[in-house]
Amino acid sequence: MSAKKTERLLNLVICLLATRRFLAVQEIRAAVPGYEQGTEEAFRRMFERDKEELRELGVPLETGTNSHVHDDEPGYRIARRDYELPEIALEPDEAAALGLAARLWQSAPLAGATGSALLKLQAAGMEPVAAPAALEPRVAASEPAFAGCLAAVRDGRAVTFAYRASGAAAPAARHLEPWGVVSWRGRWYVVGHDTDRGAPRVFRMSRIVGTARPVGPAGAVVPPPGTDLRAAVGRMAVDEPRTTARVSLRSGAGYELRREATGAVDDPDREGWSVVDVGFTDPERLADRVTGYGADAVVLSPDEARHAVVRRLQGLAS
Amino acid sequence: MSRPARGTGGGTVDQLPRLLALVPYLLARPGVRVAEVAATFGVTEERLRKDLDLLWVCGLPGHGPGDLIDVEFEGDTITLLEPAGVTRPLRLTVDEALALVVALRALAETPGLVERDPVDRALAKVEQAAGAAAGPAQRVEVSVEGETRVLPVVRTALDQGRALHLSYYVPARDETTERDVDPLRLLVVDGRTYLEAWCRRAEGVRLFRLDRVADVAVLDEPSAPPADVEHRDVSQGLFRASPDDLLVTLALGPGAAWVADYHPCESVVEQDDGSLVVALRARDTAWVRRLALRLGEQGQVLAPQELAEQVRADARRALAAYQT
Repeated sequence: MSAKKTERLLNLVICLLATRRFLAVQEIRAAVPGYEQGTEEAFRRMFERDKEELRELGVPLETGTNSHVHDDEPGYRIARRDYELPEIALEPDEAAALGLAARLWQSAPLAGATGSALLKLQAAGMEPVAAPAALEPRVAASEPAFAGCLAAVRDGRAVTFAYRASGAAAPAARHLEPWGVVSWRGRWYVVGHDTDRGAPRVFRMSRIVGTARPVGPAGAVVPPPGTDLRAAVGRMAVDEPRTTARVSLRSGAGYELRREATGAVDDPDREGWSVVDVGFTDPERLADRVTGYGADAVVLSPDEARHAVVRRLQGLAS
Repeated sequence: MSRPARGTGGGTVDQLPRLLALVPYLLARPGVRVAEVAATFGVTEERLRKDLDLLWVCGLPGHGPGDLIDVEFEGDTITLLEPAGVTRPLRLTVDEALALVVALRALAETPGLVERDPVDRALAKVEQAAGAAAGPAQRVEVSVEGETRVLPVVRTALDQGRALHLSYYVPARDETTERDVDPLRLLVVDGRTYLEAWCRRAEGVRLFRLDRVADVAVLDEPSAPPADVEHRDVSQGLFRASPDDLLVTLALGPGAAWVADYHPCESVVEQDDGSLVVALRARDTAWVRRLALRLGEQGQVLAPQELAEQVRADARRALAAYQT
C-alpha cells in the first residue's frame, strides 16, 4: 500500500467515523483528499477497492439511506459502537496470563494475528506485559494445509485437498465440510463431514499434499450441536481396551507398558521378572509394543497375542 | 488470513492498521518515548517518524488547522494533542480473537501448567471485548498433555529456585536413570510438556519429558546451573541430529509410513508400490533396534548391515522365551 493510499484510507475512516448520517458517494468524494482527481469512473473503481480493503481490515462500513431524504443511492458511515474495541481492563495477573498465551503461536498466520491483537489492546491502554520466563509454551503450525483449513473453519466453508491415506500409494482428492481443527500431541487434524464418504472423518494435516482450498459460500458449514472436536481426534487414535494380556517384564524394563498396566506380581518362572496385565484391542498393536522390548518382555496369554508376537519375531529372525 | 503486524513493519503493507492503533496508543500515553513506541509497534524509529508525518496531514473533512491530527515532539518524546475522532482502537478481527482465545483456553485446560484462575479471568474479558468475533474460536482446539503428578513439584522448584532429583525413563535404553538437575524452565512443544534443566550427571542442558519422569523430589539445595548456561533452541524442533550420528536406511511398508511423520528424516523416497525408503540419523543404535523390532516385517533395516544383523539376533533371543 502506497503512502498516498494509506493517507486516503485513513482520511476515509476519520470522515465516516465523524458522520452520524449516511454520506452519499459524492459527499465522500468532496470530503476525502485523494478522490478529487480523475474521471467519475476512475473514482468509482478506486472507491470500490478502498471499501473492500477496509472491510478486509475489519472496519465495519455501514450502508444505508437517511430516512428523511430520498437518496438515489445508499450512503456510508461507520458506527462507532461497531468500530471501537470495548473497554477491557486487565488485572496484572490477567495481563501476565495473556502475555504467556500470546507466546503460544510460533508460525503464520496466528503469530501475526496475535501481534496485531496485542497492539490493539495496548492502544486501549493495556501496559506491555512481561510473561513469566520460566514457562515457554509453543504450538507450531507448519503444515502447508493449515492456513487453508483454518480459513475454511473460520468462515464456515467447505474445503478440498489431496490426501494421502495411511497405507495408500497415491493421494486422492477429498471434500470435507469442516467442523473444526485440533492440535493433538503436536499434530494438526481437521475434523468434519466427509462428503465423498458421507460420514464424519478426521484428517491429519501432515498427510495433506500441498495446500487446502476453501470452496463454496461462507457460512454454509455449521458444526452439529455438541460436536466434541478433541474427542473425535482422540477416538481415532486410541481404542478402548477390549481385553487383557498378561505380560512378563524383566526387572526395570518395559516402563511404558508398566505405567498403564495393572497388578504386578513376581513371575514364578523367571527370577527377577514381574507379570503385569495390559489392556489391548488389536493383538497386532499389542505385538508392536511388546516386540520393541526384545528379550525383556514375554506375552504369557492370551494365545492370539502370543502368536502375534511369535509371528513377528519369526519374520525378523529369518 | 490477516497479515502479520509484527516483523514486517519496514514495509507499508501494514501501515494503515498500525496507524489506526498508533493514534489511540499515543492518546493514552502523553509524553511517551519515541524508542518505546517504535519497540512496541515493531518498527524502526525512522519508520515511526514517517508514520507520524503521515498522521499530520490526515484529519476531519475540511482539513483546516483544527481538523487535523496533531502530534507534538519534545526531545525524544511524543504527545498526541488531537486524535480527529480516532480515540479507540479498532475491534479485534476474527483471526485476532481466535489467536488469543484459543491460546488462553489451551493454557487453562492443561492441568497443572499454570494457575488457572487468572487465565480464566483474562479469557472471559477477551471474549467479552471481542464479542461476535470470538465465535469461530470455538472451532479451534489445542490439546496439550497435562501432568498433575510431576508438574506441581517442578513448578515449586522453579518458583523457589531449588534443585530437583529425577528418576527419569530413557526409552532408547528402556531403563530408569537417577539424576540431580538444576531446573531452568518449562517448555510446551508438540503438545507435550518438558523440563529444561542442567543435568549434573551429563554436565549439559537436557530436556526431560514430564510423562517419563517416574519420580521427582525437590532438594534442599538451591538450583545452581552454570552462569553461562544457554537455553536449547527448540524453534526448529526438539531433536537435532548430529552428523556424527549413525545414518540408518529403512524400508517402510504402508503400515510403517508413520515413522516418516514422527522422526526427522534426511531423505524420504517413495517407491512404486507405495512403500518408503527413508534415511535417518540415530544417536543410539538401541533406539533403532527397538524401532525395527516393533515394526516387524513393515520396517526393514537396509543399512548398515551390522545393524540389520543385530536386529535379527535380538529377534532370535526374544523368540527363545516362547520356545521353552
